[in-house]
Amino acid sequence: MATNTTDSKRSVGWMGLHRGHKARPMEWLAEKFIFLVSLSAILMVFLIFIFVLREALPVFLGQTDSTAAIKAVPVEKMDTMSDAELIEYLAVTPSEFKAMDKETIKILMEVRLESEKESPTDKDAGINTASWTYLLLPYQWTGYEKPEYIWQPISQIHKYNIIPLIIGSLKTTIVALLFAVPVSLGAAIYVSQMASPKLKEWLKPTIELLAGIPSVVMGFFALIVMATVFKAVFNYESRLNAFVAGIALGLAIIPVVFSIAEDALTSVPRSYTQAALALGSSRWQAAWQIVLPAALPGVFAAVVLGFGRAIGETMIVLLASGNASIVSWSFFDSTRTMTATIAAELAEAVFGGHHYRILFMLGTILFVVTFLSNLAGDLIIHKLKHKLEGKR
Amino acid sequence: MLKKNLIIALAAMLAAFAPAAQAGNITAKGSDTLVILAQKWAEVYMAKTPGTAIQVTGGGTGTGFAALQNKTTDLCNASRKIKSKEIEACVKAFSKRPTEYKVCLDGLSIYVNAKNPVKELTVLQLEEIFTGKIKNWKEVGGNDEPIALVSRENSSGTYEFFKENVLKGKDFASSAQTMPGTAAVLQSVAKEPKAIGYGGAAYGEGAKHLSIKADASSPAVEPTEENVVKGTYPIWRYLYIYVNPNLDKGEVAAYLTWIRSDEGQKVVKDIGYFPLPKNLRSN
Repeated sequence: MATNTTDSKRSVGWMGLHRGHKARPMEWLAEKFIFLVSLSAILMVFLIFIFVLREALPVFLGQTDSTAAIKAVPVEKMDTMSDAELIEYLAVTPSEFKAMDKETIKILMEVRLESEKESPTDKDAGINTASWTYLLLPYQWTGYEKPEYIWQPISQIHKYNIIPLIIGSLKTTIVALLFAVPVSLGAAIYVSQMASPKLKEWLKPTIELLAGIPSVVMGFFALIVMATVFKAVFNYESRLNAFVAGIALGLAIIPVVFSIAEDALTSVPRSYTQAALALGSSRWQAAWQIVLPAALPGVFAAVVLGFGRAIGETMIVLLASGNASIVSWSFFDSTRTMTATIAAELAEAVFGGHHYRILFMLGTILFVVTFLSNLAGDLIIHKLKHKLEGKR
Repeated sequence: MLKKNLIIALAAMLAAFAPAAQAGNITAKGSDTLVILAQKWAEVYMAKTPGTAIQVTGGGTGTGFAALQNKTTDLCNASRKIKSKEIEACVKAFSKRPTEYKVCLDGLSIYVNAKNPVKELTVLQLEEIFTGKIKNWKEVGGNDEPIALVSRENSSGTYEFFKENVLKGKDFASSAQTMPGTAAVLQSVAKEPKAIGYGGAAYGEGAKHLSIKADASSPAVEPTEENVVKGTYPIWRYLYIYVNPNLDKGEVAAYLTWIRSDEGQKVVKDIGYFPLPKNLRSN
């Protein structure tokens, strides 16, 4: 392969035909095919993002209307209304309207009257709760004693404050990283620098085996076993909380962080360690002061990827976090994450409605956050690499 | 048993390939609360009338209504009444209101931990507990402990029923933990001495069912069949099947009539729900 690439630099031939070479059309085809596959992967990611964003766009632009109050017109007025008025009032498309007979329109108007009767009459009914003010800022709803951040989408007045969910996601992710990063870095340093080759052969695959546990199984384990054990040990208020979910999440990201960090540490040239040892440093000093700083970009990448995995993980937090949407920074309170909210509520949300759009907006936020963290990680890695290699 | 399961599996496979609403082929979709009962009905009915294949799936009441309006299902199992928004969508899709059939009764039990000394609560106390006004068990005659609320996900019909009928439309306290199913609610209540939860009366191993008073002066009533059917137990609901009236004929109509007959209602009891009173049955 190596000679092929240098050759192709010299002269580009059709279907791998170069002077003095045998024609290899199959290889050429294979190469182009692989190129297409990789291109389609990028296209997929892009298309998914476009789709999610398209569903969420009306919320970002403030075009969704979730006003709870409904104004209805008496059925008798039907005959005096023009077609255009009826189309607007019944919220149908002109082609749908054409297909309907009078009887159908009459039923629709009756239904609208019934919805008016059902619709709430309190002072908040006229508020469009899907606008940014209500998505982000606290508000004193009827029946509440003070302005609060409330996520209650299935309510007479739909309350869509996303702050509790964002805090929930951050809380579980922070716990997961606080637990997983030291553990997996310690394991990575030990396995790559200090363990005997035989022990290493056992340890590495065993830790990576953790990645093979399906997250739903991990979540179930957290729900049944870990929650009970932790409650007995720490004796906190609610059995399921950010702490339990975070630790379970940590277990899920340990193999990711460990695996990448270990690779980074192993790829530091052996001569670094040997030089350090020759100059009289202990093994610990060599690992901690020479190898770890040299591998820092890789280690950093490991942590960033772990963060991305933790904030996007769904099943574990859905099962083990208690899913109460409260604003609290205590790790021992129940918490509701963005991912669990999407998973639990999307199936029942009215297709194309405001609840549906807001869930997609949460998806977009998750997408952007993981994208930005990966990007930031990449940039920092490059900077660190240059610095470590003595370049500017 | 195995054979019957095989038939259901085969029916499901066939139905996946064939469009809905074919002769002798009925699909039912909707509430997870009703799914076990609906499967049992289908099983018994298919054994009785060979040549009929009935496919039952869950997914939630809302999902069922969406399928009804898309005409991808014949019957929609529902654990709550249809909402006006959903009627509107159905009228737009097939020009008629969906027909509603009450198919059985369900009592909602209030579960507490077996160690909890509280034995009865009034409906008003329940409202105040679940909206977060009452925060300590001692306010309702229990130990001096904070109350841990266990609720259902807001996609569930049980959640909406409880919210409308017990909380009178008010919001659940934000501190309420939400569980993905009634079994998970029970599990949490069984493990947490301070917890209170709610769910179908058919469930209930491992936790204590409270007796409920309609108001402070009325007697406390246990969620037994007799009390639910008589209407003395205050927290109960109908479970429904909705159908597109254009399809409510032939095989589908025969099946719906059978469900509401004495024979169909006998199955209800086996699953742990409560049969319809005599005047609502089809025979």
